[in-house]
Amino acid sequence: MSKILIRGAKVLGGEPQDVLIDGAVVAAVGPDLSAEHAGSAEIVEAAGKVLLPGLVDLHTHLREPGREDSETVLTGTRAAASGGYTAVFAMANTFPVADTAGVVEQVWRLGKEHGYCDVRPVGAVTVGLEGRKLAELGAMHDSAAGVTVFSDDGKCVHDAVIMRRALEYVKAFGGVVAQHAQEPRLTEGAQMNEGVVSAELGLGGWPAVAEESVIARDVLLAEHVGSRVHICHLSTAGSVEIVRWAKSRGIDVTAEVTPHHLLLTDELVRSYNPVYKVNPPLRTERDVMALREALADGTIDIVATDHAPHPHEDKDCEWAAAAMGMVGLETALSVVQETMVDTGLLDWAGVADRMSFKPARIGRAEGHGRPVSAGEPANLTLVDTAYRGSVDPAGFASRSRNTPYEGRELPGRVTHTWLRGTATLVDGKLT
Amino acid sequence: MQRHLISAADLTRDDAVLILDTAEEMARVADRPIKKLPTLRGRTVVNLFFEDSTRTRISFEAAEKRLSADVINFTAKGSSVSKGESLKDTAQTLEAMGVDAVVIRHGASGAPYRLATSGWIDAAVINAGDGTHQHPTQALLDAFTMRRRLVGRDAGLGQDLNGRRITIVGDVLHSRVARSNVDLLHTLGAEVTLVAPPTLLPVGVETWPCEVAYDLDSTLTKSDAVMMLRVQRERMNAAFFPTEREYSRRYGLDGERMARMPEHAIVMHPGPMVRGMEITAEVADSDRCTVIEQVTNGVSIRMAVLYLLLGGNEPAVTHARTTEEK
Repeated sequence: MSKILIRGAKVLGGEPQDVLIDGAVVAAVGPDLSAEHAGSAEIVEAAGKVLLPGLVDLHTHLREPGREDSETVLTGTRAAASGGYTAVFAMANTFPVADTAGVVEQVWRLGKEHGYCDVRPVGAVTVGLEGRKLAELGAMHDSAAGVTVFSDDGKCVHDAVIMRRALEYVKAFGGVVAQHAQEPRLTEGAQMNEGVVSAELGLGGWPAVAEESVIARDVLLAEHVGSRVHICHLSTAGSVEIVRWAKSRGIDVTAEVTPHHLLLTDELVRSYNPVYKVNPPLRTERDVMALREALADGTIDIVATDHAPHPHEDKDCEWAAAAMGMVGLETALSVVQETMVDTGLLDWAGVADRMSFKPARIGRAEGHGRPVSAGEPANLTLVDTAYRGSVDPAGFASRSRNTPYEGRELPGRVTHTWLRGTATLVDGKLT
Repeated sequence: MQRHLISAADLTRDDAVLILDTAEEMARVADRPIKKLPTLRGRTVVNLFFEDSTRTRISFEAAEKRLSADVINFTAKGSSVSKGESLKDTAQTLEAMGVDAVVIRHGASGAPYRLATSGWIDAAVINAGDGTHQHPTQALLDAFTMRRRLVGRDAGLGQDLNGRRITIVGDVLHSRVARSNVDLLHTLGAEVTLVAPPTLLPVGVETWPCEVAYDLDSTLTKSDAVMMLRVQRERMNAAFFPTEREYSRRYGLDGERMARMPEHAIVMHPGPMVRGMEITAEVADSDRCTVIEQVTNGVSIRMAVLYLLLGGNEPAVTHARTTEEK
């Protein structure tokens, strides 16, 4: 059956509407489409649920090629569909690094074959993420993968000249550099946020200034060369101030925050449980509050997961030996509901903006982040916002289980996801 | 008492005083011709040392043997990762051989805490120093030494260090000894002052229960004990201080400075000392320096800790039967 009638959903949290999907597009949106279409369409009862445009993640690690023990394009895109995503940007720090047209095309093609979610590969800025020589950015853009976002994520493009050239160069084809802001010398041996807790625990500090100084430099560089720049996983109150200042000056900067930086603090590191080890590190309560406020007022443009799967053995060890990162695709919307919606900071239209419209625009993901209205591609996510339940990693579609939320009660559950009219998730189950 | 000893901060005042008092009892054993108690007969303790530390390992080993425990020494140089085997597998392997307690020294802060709380093993865990985090038995032996010297061997029983002024000098940033001492001395009522160049103090130190000073000379005259920390020469390569000589001039303890300390005040050092760097030979070899006593006291403290964690309710020293073990 090619027609689907979603009945009584609160579109972007508004008044209940019926939404008719015909093939790959939204055919009609109206208060009552049953009389006309109930007989010819599959019915999805959605009373009380919120319908959002399919979520777009600008920052995902799918690990393939190279670390298929932690995630593959298949398991990662299934996790994405499970979390309500219809497009993900796959970071370049794979083995081999996604610094050539060949690698980005491979990742893009795997995503297309599996069909759970559109995969938009991110190209490395520099060869091998080494920060010395620009990768063939144009070739990656011109490839079938059509790369528009470039990032050495995991590492900072710390050389000011290389950063400047990259910012300038990608203007030729409308690309954007997404910076992992981390001054390398200030973070040698860094294990956690530098502050009261690190002093006590005796773990090497990752100071806020190591992030803020790079962001300050990069917004000034972007202004100087007239480029746009995107800041990955902004994590400190000081970074918020710098981005706010840059925007007030008219600098073309966008910024993302991860769900975990909206909820968790470095106090959790007292457990020495590496499930809380992540880069940038969990910060303080004051930072968390500043990030929420910045996401609400638009200083921070989007939520991006920084979904970073790791095999069990890389977390079941002492803190210093553990890998950095957390999975996030399957819990992102719940954390955003908990921290932003249920606190009154953002309504569902705001969530659609921060998790779909804007990330799609920053990454130039055509067909994604579109309004829920007739004629638009049917990339949709249906959320049971009244649900509350505790997180059970055993139920994850991701190959990895390194979630910091195990056993934590969170609100909201994605029940359906449609990618161009094809259901990838039905009643919480992957198709 | 808790089941494990991970951090000096976990000890209450009464726990700490009980350990110090028990250590005094243990010290008496050392004065006997046969320095051995049957308390831990049939119990097995493993000394799991991932980091080189001959003196701490030998001290624990002596304590374990004086309590008649069976001792296994496991010395693995480097981290679990470079060895290829994980900490978890190593610990589980040892426990499978029937170990009652694990004394662990590890380069990674938090490794003993992970061992005690991750459900990997059931044995009691004693932290013998983890990264730049904690070294609780060092803090206990230091407090024991201070109590003996400043309060008195018998007069000290049941007492804490209320009102004593303790100055700790040197590389606080990289020191688990400093962290453990600040925690324990605060619990025991002492007033602690940390003295170091600002580069060798952690960001966040302002929340610790102690005073912080950059100038050594002004604190010396009001100290009952001055504890010098080892400063590694390599630190100057990372710009923590300009040169060895400048460090020595500003923060080293020499005879002239020692002379300005109150007459009763003692000089302490956890060892190994870097003579000529943080302490001159004249000070190290003086009567006021307790470095050798600290080593002796370390064995008594570790006996007390092992006994209290493993020995159950049996009295440690049965005064009626004093020479039962061969």
